[in-house]
Order: sequence, then C-alpha cells, then structure tokens
Amino acid sequence: MTDRARWALTALTGVLAVAAFFPVLWMVTASLKPRDDVNDGRLVPHDVTFGNFAYVFTEVPFARYLLNSFVVSAVVTVVALFLHSMAAYALARLRFPGREALFTVIFSTLLITAPVVLIPLFVVVRQLGMLDSYAGLIIPSIFNAFGIFLLRQFYLQLPRELEEAAIVDGCGHWRVYRSVVLPLSKPILSALAIFFFLANWNSFLWPLVATNDPDLTVVQLAISSFQSQYAASWNYILAAAVVAAAPMLVLFFGFQRQIVESVKTSGLK
Amino acid sequence: MTLHGTARSQAAAPTTAKAAPGADGPGPRRRLGRRHREWIAAGLFIAPDALGLAVFVGLPMVLSVVLSFFQVSGFGSYEFVGLGNYARMMDDPLFWESMRITGVYVVVLVPLLFVVSLGLGLLVRQRVPGVGVFRTLFFLPYVISLVVVGLLWKFMFDDQVGVVNQGLRAAGFAGHSWLGDPSTALYSVIAVFVWVMMGYYMIIFLAGLQEIPREYYEAARIDGAGPWTQFRTITWPLLRPTSFFVLLMSTVAAITGGFELVFVLTEGGPANSTSLAIFYIYQQAFVFGEYGYASAMGTVLVLAMLLCSGAIFKATRGGRFDDDR
Repeated sequence: MTDRARWALTALTGVLAVAAFFPVLWMVTASLKPRDDVNDGRLVPHDVTFGNFAYVFTEVPFARYLLNSFVVSAVVTVVALFLHSMAAYALARLRFPGREALFTVIFSTLLITAPVVLIPLFVVVRQLGMLDSYAGLIIPSIFNAFGIFLLRQFYLQLPRELEEAAIVDGCGHWRVYRSVVLPLSKPILSALAIFFFLANWNSFLWPLVATNDPDLTVVQLAISSFQSQYAASWNYILAAAVVAAAPMLVLFFGFQRQIVESVKTSGLK
Repeated sequence: MTLHGTARSQAAAPTTAKAAPGADGPGPRRRLGRRHREWIAAGLFIAPDALGLAVFVGLPMVLSVVLSFFQVSGFGSYEFVGLGNYARMMDDPLFWESMRITGVYVVVLVPLLFVVSLGLGLLVRQRVPGVGVFRTLFFLPYVISLVVVGLLWKFMFDDQVGVVNQGLRAAGFAGHSWLGDPSTALYSVIAVFVWVMMGYYMIIFLAGLQEIPREYYEAARIDGAGPWTQFRTITWPLLRPTSFFVLLMSTVAAITGGFELVFVLTEGGPANSTSLAIFYIYQQAFVFGEYGYASAMGTVLVLAMLLCSGAIFKATRGGRFDDDR
C-alpha cells in the first residue's frame, strides 16, 4: 500500500470513529447544560452546571436504584461464574456417560434467547412466589449457557498433565477444580465477570416484567420511567442517562482489554 | 460423596465379575471406583447449573408451547382452548403486521450490520498510529444500555431541536420527523441498532481477521494481487466461520433485541410501524394480560427464529462453530 493510501485510510477511520463516538459525547455535554441551553445545538456547553445531576438525585431516589442494580449485577455475576465454571469443568474434563449429549442440550438453549420465553418464565417465577423480590431479579438471570460454553472451551485447552499430577498426589476432583483449575482460569473469569456485570447492569426487560415495587427498581427501569415523567426536560433526562451509563463507561475504560477479550472469545471459539 | 461413591460402585458390581464387594483385587476395584467417583463428581458439579437451566430455561421453553393452548386470564385461571390461540393469530392482522415488520427489520438490519462491522473490522486491522483509540471509540457504544441509547437518540432525532435535524438544516436540507413518520421510523430504529452493535461485531471480525496469517497477504502481494483480489481470494473465504457466527448471532439479536429500543424510541408507533413481533407479544402479555395468546405468538416466533438459524446454517455450511476441529 502506498503511503498516501495508508494516510487516507487512517484519516477515514479517524473521521468515522469520531462520528461514531459523537452521540456519546453529545449526551455527556448536553447533560451539563442548563435547561434553557440543552437544545442550543452546541457541543461545548456555554455554561457548565452540575445542577441536573443534583436534581436527578434529589428528585427521585436514584442512589437506591443504583444500589439495586449494583447488588443484582454483582450477585448474579459471582454466583453465575461459580456455578458455570463448575459445570464447565465437569463438561470439559470429567468423563461420564452422556457427557456430549448433555453438553448439546445445554448448548442448544443458547439459541432460545430469554425475551422469547419471557411469558412462561414470568409464569414460572410467579408460581415460585419470586415476583417482586431480589430473588426474582437475581436467580433467573444466573442461568445462561453462554458462560458454560465459553468456560468449557477454555477448559478443553488446559493441559491434562496438570490435573493428572494433582490426582496422582491424591487430590479429589473438588481439590483439582479449586486449587488447579480455578487459579488457571483467572483471565477468562475476569473477562466473563465484566461481561456478566455489564449485561445485568444493562438489562431492562426482565426487571420490567418481574418487579413493581419501587424499592426494587433498577436503574434502567428508573431512567425509562423518569423519561416519561419529565418528558421534555432533556437536561434532566440526559443527566439521568449519564448516571446510568457512567459506571459502565468507567468499567469499560478500566477493563477494556478484558471486555474486548471476552467479545473475541465469544466469536472465535 | 465418598459414601455415595461406594454405594454406587457396589450397586454396579454384579455387571463386572471381578469387582464383587469384599473380595476384590485392588486393581480392578480401584479403577471402577475411580471411574464412578468421576461420574458422581461430574453430577455434583453440574447439578446446580443443570437444575437452574431446567427450571428457568427448559421449563419455560416447554411451558411456552403448553401455555399457547390455554386462554389465561390475569390471575391464574387457565382454560384449555386447543388451537384457539393459533386460530386467533391467523385472523389477527396486527400479528401478521408485526411479523412482517420483524422480517423487514431483520432483512435490512442483518446485512447492513454485517457490511458496516466487516468494513470497520478491515479498517481497524490496519497497523496505523491511533488505531487503538479508533477501536475504542467504535466499540464504546456497545457498553451503553439500550435504554440509555434509546433516550440519547430520541433526543438526537427530535423533530425541532434534535441535533440530526439541526445539522440537516444547517447543511441546507429540510428537517424530517425521523421517528414520527411511519415510513422512516423503522429505519431510524435500525440505524440506532447498527450504531450500538457495530463495535461488537467489529471486534469479532477483527479477531477473525487476525487469525489469517499475514504471510498469505505478503505472498499475494508478491504475485501482484491488489486489495480487492486479496479480499476476495484470502480474506473472504478464510473469514467464513466468523461470518457465519456474526450472521447467526446478529439475526437472533435482531429478532429479540429490538425491544428496548422500540420501547423507548417509538413505543411501537407511529401507526404501529415499529411494532416488532417481540414488542407486540410483550404488549399482549403484560399490557393486556393475554399470556396464552402471547405464548402462542412467542412459539411461532421461536419457530421462525429456528428456521432462520437453520437456513443460515445451510447457506453458510455452518462454518466452524463448535469445537469440531
């Protein structure tokens, strides 16, 4: 490739990247504008105010909503990773009859994504008496074959000698899992942890149908109903939106490598 | 665990002559015991997840079909109506309209998303200064929730004050009511979805592209192949597994993932022009309490999705998907 062509391609990529990023930037700067200026069409605010954020937090219990989202996302992430890594270890490393068939069954549930079975799931959770509770928000979100699948792919690549040695030393399977396999899976576990946290922090449809209680409102639901309440006050709506997005943006900049790795793994294997 | 292990190996003993309890040589007994211990360990490792998946994924899948034969009214009264819900679906123009809209949505969105993310993947594969920053900027929207994305674009698409129209007017074009006009609302939703998801699929394409050995391109260049020939003869065929994955995932994501955007951006309107099947089903179930009817429609949507997946699988011959190396 000639230098000129390379330079042109770089410039093109840069322009497109800035264009793709522009809406996010626009949201953040608009949330810093006073009410009268929010539609002024400038990227850089004339007056910078944090009043919109103060208003959002005082007008509705946004801190509570953030806490709800945090608790739900964190618990789902931790429990899911624990259960999935155990199941994946067994599916990848232990030999037992029906292993491949079981994996195929688990894998095939990936094609049926949650929203499509939303109604029967709602009925099941209602029968279990878990509607309008943290359990109802948390437990159904744990079970997803995606994590099992990725972890199994990872465990298939581990050298067998490691666990053979441990077994010869008299370790049971639990010890092998706990002391050999888990420490080795740190990279994929941290990537998946961020991925799960992200997905649960951003989830909307399930909390929408599974909860009514204002005390259980998660942040995504909160901004959606905030929007209908404050219909035209874009400065407040965008401030609320920024508050909901901020933890993910911070997480993204902190753990970009892990997030990108988890996306890559999900596509490659 | 040990206790069960012993019980299980004893129970299995009659089938293997040498392993009678009490009078066994150490060799076979230990092998049998170890194998059975492995089975039991596997069972215990998998049980919690398998149980959860059975209750919260498997059971709902079965129940989806069962419920579709019932008329369910608000608080738990079930009346068997046979194929009644399906008959009703046949006569429900809004259902067919929602399926048609979903069809248009998928047929426009999936190829568009494919081309855009492949293009971005090719661009950010270049080893040029700043490319890391560009990748980050393209990928960033993906981490933002669809609700926030919906709010943000509702703001940007606003008729009067939105930046999209302000920009158009500044450039000398007429503004347009993007979300308010039935003929453009669906395409606006599609554009927003492409914006959110392109970074995700860009990364997947990038990962696929990086698996292709650079030497192939060097050899092609020595043979005098231009960029287009290189793409057609090296990149495209070797990228087939990735392309398959992207097609399959984005089709499923398109059918089910439009919900939040529609909920926030258009609420199915104007004039039902963005009432995707998933949104219509949600409305029937959770606004009108028609769980049975909505389940029947959900079942049809699942079948349609499986058909689509099957068709993609056939058309691309599956690529490499599982660990069938």
